[in-house]
Amino acid sequence: MPVTRGFRSRGARDPRLPPGQYDAGTEWPVLNAEATPTLSTGSWTFFIDGLVERPSHWTWEEIHALPGSNYAGDIHCVTTWSKLGVTFAGVSLDTLLSAAGPLPSATHIVATSFTGYTTNLPLADVTDGKAWVAWEYEGAPLPVEHGGPARLLVPHLYFWKSAKWVSGIHLLDHDEPGFWEQNGYHDHGDPWTEERYQGD
Amino acid sequence: MTETTPAASPAPPVGSWQQSTVVAIRSETATTRTFRLRLDEPMAYLPGQHVVLRLTAPDGYSASRSYSVASAPDGSPEIELTVERLGDGEVSGFLHDEVVVGDQLEVRGPIGRWFVWQGEVPALLIGGGSGVVPLMSMLRFARQRGGLGPVHLVASVRSPEELLYADELPGPDATVLYTRRTPAGWPRPAGRIGGDDLPAGTDPANPVFVCGSAGFADAVTSVLEERGVPADRIRVERFGPTG
Repeated sequence: MPVTRGFRSRGARDPRLPPGQYDAGTEWPVLNAEATPTLSTGSWTFFIDGLVERPSHWTWEEIHALPGSNYAGDIHCVTTWSKLGVTFAGVSLDTLLSAAGPLPSATHIVATSFTGYTTNLPLADVTDGKAWVAWEYEGAPLPVEHGGPARLLVPHLYFWKSAKWVSGIHLLDHDEPGFWEQNGYHDHGDPWTEERYQGD
Repeated sequence: MTETTPAASPAPPVGSWQQSTVVAIRSETATTRTFRLRLDEPMAYLPGQHVVLRLTAPDGYSASRSYSVASAPDGSPEIELTVERLGDGEVSGFLHDEVVVGDQLEVRGPIGRWFVWQGEVPALLIGGGSGVVPLMSMLRFARQRGGLGPVHLVASVRSPEELLYADELPGPDATVLYTRRTPAGWPRPAGRIGGDDLPAGTDPANPVFVCGSAGFADAVTSVLEERGVPADRIRVERFGPTG
């Protein structure tokens, strides 16, 4: 990379920051493509369908009755901010998937939001402790502007994969680009290899 | 959002990094400057798209940020980026304090295929503060094509000192409203955007592009929905995917 005249690094870089990312500190930028929805937990549900043995859905009460699971670590947005050392609580997607029973042919998922937003992920990126349905942030209910009452959380990928206002996931035997992915963003989105845009 | 069906064809890859030369720097407000860059490789962009700008230090450290293109595509190899200086902004501070005409800056783009207007249908553009930048590309594109464009821009700013592109706004196709303090003699009192600020005859079937803070976008969405604009006609953006 050509050096920019006059530009200097600001001292030691935090090793938790992937390339091209900066530490947003206490800020949590809000970036939406759509209007913020108003969702009632009374009518909220989460579904798993597609290539599963038992298409399933959970109400707000039912999903809270499952064993809880926490995430403590970092999140990374493709617009180059990262937040370090954050905590989320909810349920592991493994718990939900084991109830639904993915068929051997399932290779990918499309996560869907109540707004119509979609995002695609390999099934392997949302299993084995890598993904959650999260409804708490730093010990408090997840704010609506950050996807509350519940969002998908896949913190090892760029954060547009962590669908806000998530309504469910659909299992497929092929990859099917979601909203941002149809609009030029990467199908996988690994921040450590900077999979930002289609073709990266 | 209704456009969640698979696209007819995959989006083309974003161009690779390239060098550009700063050919002009213009102050828009006390905290905002426009940088005109001449690209080594011309970039075919659409009004509303953005680019990533990357700074690299001698030790290999780099910092990147996304900036909306403010100019309209006109076949020239030059683009304009309007950059607001953020409090402790590593990149915006450098651009404001260090960069001079003749410097080289790395850019990549164009990026974003959702928040774009190509002139195919009339559109309403509503921007808050520096959120007016990508909308200015759309307005300039419409003006460049001649006559009164099929767009109307509503720009909301706190005070006259914070208005970007003051030599081009307001106009017959652009309304400016002030939320805290107006210029002397301004007909509209200072206050937040309301239904009366939308141009008469707005067709609810046409798209509305909204850019600004999350609070601004939510307020505008409420105003639009009260006016009968369906949520799926409203496109909201602040530089990229959902965080």
